[in-house]
Amino acid sequence: MTEKECILQQPYALWLHGVERIGKAGAQKLLECFGSPKAVYEAGEKELSPLLTQGALESILHARKKDVQGEYETLLKKGISFVPFYHPLYPEKLYAIPDRPFGIFVKGSLPGKGEKSVAIIGARDCSEYGRYVAECFAGELAGKGIRIISGMARGIDGIAGRKALDAGGRTYAVLGCGVDICYPPFHRDLYRGICEGGGVISEYPPGTEPHPGLFPPRNRIISGLADAVLVIEARLKSGTLITVDMALEQGREVYVVPGRITDRLSDGCNRLLLQGAGAALSPAQLIKELSETVWKGQRQNETTSSLPDNGKGHIEKLQAPEEALLHLLDFYPVSMEQLRLKMQSHKQLCGLSLQQTIEMLLKLGMEGLVKNEGGYYCLKTPL
Amino acid sequence: MFSAVYTGGLHGMEAYLVRVEVDISRGLPGFELVGSVAGDVKEAKERVTIALKNAGISLPVAKITVNLSPADIRKEGTGYDMAIAAGLLACMGIFDANTVRDTAFLGELALNGEVNRVNGILPIALALQKKGIKRMLVPKAKEEECGLAPGISLIGIRHIKELLSYVQAEGEERKKQFPPFEKVKKNRKATGENQDFADIYGQESAKRAAEIAAAGFHHLMLAGAPGTGKTMIAERIPQILPPLTDAEQLEVFSIYSIAGKLKEMEGKTGRPFVSPHHTSSPQALAGGGRIPKPGLLSLSHRGILFLDEMPEFSQRVLEVLRQPLEEKKVQIARSGGTYVYPADFMLVCAMNPCPCGYYPDKNRCTCSETDIRRYLGRISGPILDRIDIFAEAANVQVKDFHRENKGEKTGVIRKRVMKARERQKIRYRNSIWQFNGELPGREVEHYCKLGAAEQHFLEEVFEAGQMSVRCYHKIIKIARTVADLAGEEQITVNHLAEAVYFNSGKQRFWK
Repeated sequence: MTEKECILQQPYALWLHGVERIGKAGAQKLLECFGSPKAVYEAGEKELSPLLTQGALESILHARKKDVQGEYETLLKKGISFVPFYHPLYPEKLYAIPDRPFGIFVKGSLPGKGEKSVAIIGARDCSEYGRYVAECFAGELAGKGIRIISGMARGIDGIAGRKALDAGGRTYAVLGCGVDICYPPFHRDLYRGICEGGGVISEYPPGTEPHPGLFPPRNRIISGLADAVLVIEARLKSGTLITVDMALEQGREVYVVPGRITDRLSDGCNRLLLQGAGAALSPAQLIKELSETVWKGQRQNETTSSLPDNGKGHIEKLQAPEEALLHLLDFYPVSMEQLRLKMQSHKQLCGLSLQQTIEMLLKLGMEGLVKNEGGYYCLKTPL
Repeated sequence: MFSAVYTGGLHGMEAYLVRVEVDISRGLPGFELVGSVAGDVKEAKERVTIALKNAGISLPVAKITVNLSPADIRKEGTGYDMAIAAGLLACMGIFDANTVRDTAFLGELALNGEVNRVNGILPIALALQKKGIKRMLVPKAKEEECGLAPGISLIGIRHIKELLSYVQAEGEERKKQFPPFEKVKKNRKATGENQDFADIYGQESAKRAAEIAAAGFHHLMLAGAPGTGKTMIAERIPQILPPLTDAEQLEVFSIYSIAGKLKEMEGKTGRPFVSPHHTSSPQALAGGGRIPKPGLLSLSHRGILFLDEMPEFSQRVLEVLRQPLEEKKVQIARSGGTYVYPADFMLVCAMNPCPCGYYPDKNRCTCSETDIRRYLGRISGPILDRIDIFAEAANVQVKDFHRENKGEKTGVIRKRVMKARERQKIRYRNSIWQFNGELPGREVEHYCKLGAAEQHFLEEVFEAGQMSVRCYHKIIKIARTVADLAGEEQITVNHLAEAVYFNSGKQRFWK
């Protein structure tokens, strides 16, 4: 189809996408038989009936009553574009997956041809460790021009998207609702940011409310848009693992950030490692490994970094007891009580009073080394 | 013929002298009771007539008029019965009303002539004593209550026959037959005396928070997983507060007397500790009924109001707290007028950090961020704004029980608190405030001056994102109390650091 033809066909493509009960496969089959969406729209009942079930036929006849041009124009007015699978802008990676969407709605832009992309996914209720690692990977990868794909959900997805924008990179979010609906609602600023610095993508028509059943299918688009999937934190039973299954079906690389075996939030990750997923130990290592496999032959970006150590400069300035206190903390929040207990068995810190501890922690917090999470303390950056 | 005797009435917390005027004259026989009397007072006619009859005294067949003066104040309750009976007896010439000119009668009559208990005797006794009443005849069961009031002696009456023999007896004979109730100095115990802060293992910072809160009258919030000792800490706070002064004690007892709950306070000198269940209604807290009785907020006056599981309280109940936290009193409007009860309490609340209670332990906590947000969101901003100190009660492990360091005894902490309160007394001697916690924001800079270094420190803390602007004055107030506890006049950086820490728990609510 030429580009001009393509534009003329758009309203009918949107119409065909919206017809109920024919399904993605049915729509593609019709398209193959008739050549163009417009031809499907204009086809007679007799021509259609051998190809469709009774229900689908009724549905398609009923759908013809809709204002095809008008609906397409409303869509454009909302600043949303519709990209059917045969369209030149349809992402090639997504085109290649089994069960690809017939068309996708986009607010913003789509990943371009040949652009490297990584999906960063993980638990919604992530830990401080997960937050740190997600920011670290998303920031580094986005900074290297790699597109970050996520689901804009709470937790890891949202953190990765936000950090990618902050790092000046482009990021794409695949939603389980219409692209004109911001879900979860408190990610409004992120949603706006992604619309400008990337794109919000969905296969569901604008106005579709979020619904639990819509989310698992969108996961295949997340992995489908990416060259590799990076799992930051996941429980043993989680939606993240559904995305991983989809990614494996689509032949995507799966990388996992290892966690402690005592952390339930890392159980899913560690299980994936056991099953043979790649371990992501630093952004540099991940980029290096991907460059040797999926990105082989593609233009090489310079990769010279490890986990950023933005805390180290400060640490040198600290006095001995403060540094010792810092070493008692880690990524997992401890209460003041637990910390004081640990201090008692530390020869340098055992004599300190509660007040002195409070002061030292406040100082460390002001240096940006320690985070106070409702009375619980944890490190903000690794030592 | 005309005669008059005295009694007392009560409107909210205010008591006043009432003169019961009785007139028996010729005319159409009848019994009229006038003087803005409510329904329950009007019924006194029947109770008094029959009680007197059963005591062997029949009212004359004549026109009887009883007026309760001042006639423009609405009278409520059943306490006027005994005075009406006494007035009738005087009017019938059975005794000379002049002999009871400095005596007041208070009590409800049963049909068989027994004298029943009434509530609120103590505040009435206190008010009448100021009006020159020297003696009160009250129900025997309640005479102890008035024993608390200085300068007024009281005589317990069980039956209308006793009233009869009292009024008929001559001067000295009266005293002999009816000796005034002598105040028995009981060995009063402080609330929860057998509880000590040393019983609580660990929880160093939560205990310190309780100490600072008690010293400066700051409202306190304790958060922590189930079973970490939040309630234990709250229960022990009344003991580290200074004992009630005599005036405060009378105020507290008056409220309990009106509520008919003085028995609960019997033998206690400590400050009240009131812990309403989270299913309580707004009326239970503020006070309710057609003639409103003091609610739990007023019963915790000068003491602790402990709200355990605060987010479980209904929104409407929590909103009731707003007025008393602001104005230190509860106002209840009824058709009969507005009733005002004092409610100057220290609010101590306890809550779990999340619905399941284990946040931020991600291995045990199963709550989503939205769950937690919704849970914390049940406590509204205006209430949170009133709470200064936030402390975390941490998980305790069995091995903590074997630690040698058990922490300080209650007595040691109380001494520090008393010292800090003394300093505040001096600081606020010329103002309407008593404690650091009560200072409004605009006064903070006047009473809690910061040096340049301290000012700079706070700016740095703010810039590092460790405190929010709305907490600025609160932190200075807390720091003032910390300095008072340390016995220092100048607030230093150390005091401010501790204040920032004890205020930081609040940030979780503002996310």
